[in-house]
Amino acid sequence: MRKLSYFILSGLLLAGMISCNNGSKGDKKKGALGSNAAEKVYVAPGEYDEYYAFVSGGFSGQLSVYGLPSGRLFKVIPVFSQDAEKAWGYNEETKPMLNTSHGFIPWDDSHHPDISQTNGVVDGRWVFINGNNTPRIAKIDLTTFETTEIIEIPNSAGNHSSSFVTENTEYVVAGTRFSVPIPQRDISIKEYKGNFKGTLSFISVDPEDGGMDLKFQIMMPGFDYDLAHPGRGASHGWFFFSTYNTEEASTLMEVNSSQNDKDFIAAVNWKKAEEYIKQGKGKMMPAKYAHNVYDEKTHMATSTMKDQVLMLDASELPELVYLLPTPKSPHGCDVDPTGEYIVGNGKLSANLTVHSFTKMLAAIEAEKFEGDAYGIPILSFEDVLAGVVEQAGLGPLHTEFDGKGNGYTTFFISSEVVKWKVGTWEVIDRAPCYYSVGHLMIPGGNSREPFGDYVLAMNKITKDRYLPTGPEVTQSAQLYDIRGDKMELLLDFPTVGEPHYAAGIRADIVMKNSKKIFKLEENEHPYAITNEGETKVTRNGNEVHIYMSTIRSHFNPDNIEGVKVGDKVYFHVTNLEQDYDVPHGISMIGANTSELLIMPGQTETFVWEPKQVGVWPFYCTDFCSALHQEMQGYVRVSPASSSIELSWSLGED
Amino acid sequence: MKKSNWVMILGSILILGLFLFPLWNIRLEAPQYPIPLGMDIYINDFADEHPHDIKNINLMNHYVGMKYIPETIPEFKIFPTVIIVMFVLGLLIGIKGNYKWFMTWFIVMIVLAAAGIYDFYLWESDYGHDLDPKAIMKFTNPDGSIMGFQPPLFGSKDILNFRAHSYPQLGAYFLALGIAASFVAYILGRKEQRKT
Repeated sequence: MRKLSYFILSGLLLAGMISCNNGSKGDKKKGALGSNAAEKVYVAPGEYDEYYAFVSGGFSGQLSVYGLPSGRLFKVIPVFSQDAEKAWGYNEETKPMLNTSHGFIPWDDSHHPDISQTNGVVDGRWVFINGNNTPRIAKIDLTTFETTEIIEIPNSAGNHSSSFVTENTEYVVAGTRFSVPIPQRDISIKEYKGNFKGTLSFISVDPEDGGMDLKFQIMMPGFDYDLAHPGRGASHGWFFFSTYNTEEASTLMEVNSSQNDKDFIAAVNWKKAEEYIKQGKGKMMPAKYAHNVYDEKTHMATSTMKDQVLMLDASELPELVYLLPTPKSPHGCDVDPTGEYIVGNGKLSANLTVHSFTKMLAAIEAEKFEGDAYGIPILSFEDVLAGVVEQAGLGPLHTEFDGKGNGYTTFFISSEVVKWKVGTWEVIDRAPCYYSVGHLMIPGGNSREPFGDYVLAMNKITKDRYLPTGPEVTQSAQLYDIRGDKMELLLDFPTVGEPHYAAGIRADIVMKNSKKIFKLEENEHPYAITNEGETKVTRNGNEVHIYMSTIRSHFNPDNIEGVKVGDKVYFHVTNLEQDYDVPHGISMIGANTSELLIMPGQTETFVWEPKQVGVWPFYCTDFCSALHQEMQGYVRVSPASSSIELSWSLGED
Repeated sequence: MKKSNWVMILGSILILGLFLFPLWNIRLEAPQYPIPLGMDIYINDFADEHPHDIKNINLMNHYVGMKYIPETIPEFKIFPTVIIVMFVLGLLIGIKGNYKWFMTWFIVMIVLAAAGIYDFYLWESDYGHDLDPKAIMKFTNPDGSIMGFQPPLFGSKDILNFRAHSYPQLGAYFLALGIAASFVAYILGRKEQRKT
């Protein structure tokens, strides 16, 4: 009842604020309650969901895997943040994944996942996601659901307009939010104008193994680059970035970067960029950035520091970039499934601006420019405008499409999703969000062929929607059924971290490729063993290497003597199991690190530096079998001066 | 050549199917194994029905003290030799012999097949009953005797949390068809003899 009254109250307030809001929201709420929403999200025990949703964790730095329509959480894939549960960033194998030009960084802010595409359709091979704070792009392999590559982006700061793929995954594209001095140097912040620059980065993706390479960057004026989306179909070969702070302010941004009536959407012709590169128009410039690759065969990551990047200057190279005036600090920059319409979600406006790709090309052809910004031509607003969704709500942020001719836009301030018709620009339906929705996601939404069944709204505020948990309450997502004429709210579900954005795909495309085990015979880890006969302990100075195996339900060896205080003891643990869903874990008392969680056929390593004489136990941390509790062992630690030789055993009395 | 001779030749060729297809399959089902564990028994090999099944059967069975399924057994040398010899003999009889020889071959094959099945039973019985005295888990029957874990020779049976199935496979059907063909050859041969 309280909810309902809140609802009506907010409805009335909105009705007062926006003329097109006819106060029909109250009826819809009743409609949702009166429907069979529960049935629509119920996935019976043992049944599978229709869709995978890869939901970013925002400030958690990770990527969560949910099922839709049930909203059930399957896995939190560690990406940019250490995860003690899975030893990500703790074990010796994955520490290099979090290396950067600034050294090891245990955290980042993960924002925009995007699924790889072939011919403009999501293919379910990889998910890419950006780290915002220390600019990085990660690739998650959907055969293992693990992060297998992270590349740092130089000349970038606040890697926000990322990571979106072109229609054949030629590139995963990243843009800088902050403009900074390029190259970095010691200058006054007051010298921002003209000295600070932005870059847009094009990272190629190898069609076979997915290997990423920072192919080139485009040097841009010192704006803030907010979001981006690729052209598709006819506009394939172009990439569109929204900008704000075209004022080039550097302080009290909330006021000073909100002064211009229009900012820009930057249209980047990346095919043209490729031509310029062929002609040798790019310039190699020094840059320092880490490229970290995890090898599934060695089960280890290596980090390589790169020292240069190919730069194209948009101010010097004509026909590379055009600027499309777009009202009011556009946030989301979204392209419809046909590739014709580019939506600028002007977050300080009540209207949605839609540009036409065809009109843009015509204006360029006719050279109808209004002026330029640092040599980059500015087209006229009227020349490129396709239409305006008038007074649709307050604070438009993001738009996705259902592939049936409709756009769905989130409005942060008026806290709702609004459905509108592409071409006629009329508002068809609206549904409230609880509360203050940011991104929304339709599975396959950033492609030529969205699966237009559901929309997932990701909210910034939950307040009273769940049982309270002190001052910090859960974040949440909301699922709407969009198969009918009216959107229908089906489900609220809590999320890990901030559900910033998500990417979705039909489950059958992905699940058939999901690996069950790692093959032991393919394990190329330098400290791997393939059978229990190969277990051993070796010493090299004060380094002790234990080649240990796990199989139900014992460690081999499980009694080790001859370790001394001051030794650095490496536990290289190979899980000899070759059965689905039989991981083993291991943890050592007093080890200054996390447990290991080792999948069948995998080898992982943790380091223990014993500081006290005694006999210290270790045990299996994953309930592996009926004799899990017996899966344990001892290491004897002798004084540093001891002359006890290394010995190891299993089952000897 | 008479029709009966052709049938006899066909019968002896059919038994070579044993070299192409498994003879028998033992499969273990349990709730934790939505894809059951299975072992295909060939005339010369134990093979995984799905990758790593035998390793995982061994891992399961070690809890109750059962021995690992061996990589190889003497039968894997004896059985193929016997089949090759019987094939050659069958072929020779088919070309040269008459219906009386067909009957002899048929009887010898029946005896050999029975011996094979008995041998299989002995192995199964040993596998199911010769348990490690230090077994992790020991189970007793209601009468106090030590519980065995012998899979059924033919058919299905519950063994603790598993349901075990033991059934002939394509190789066995080829063998049966081959043996049946020699009997048909005998009947045909006898009829042909009477006509002449």
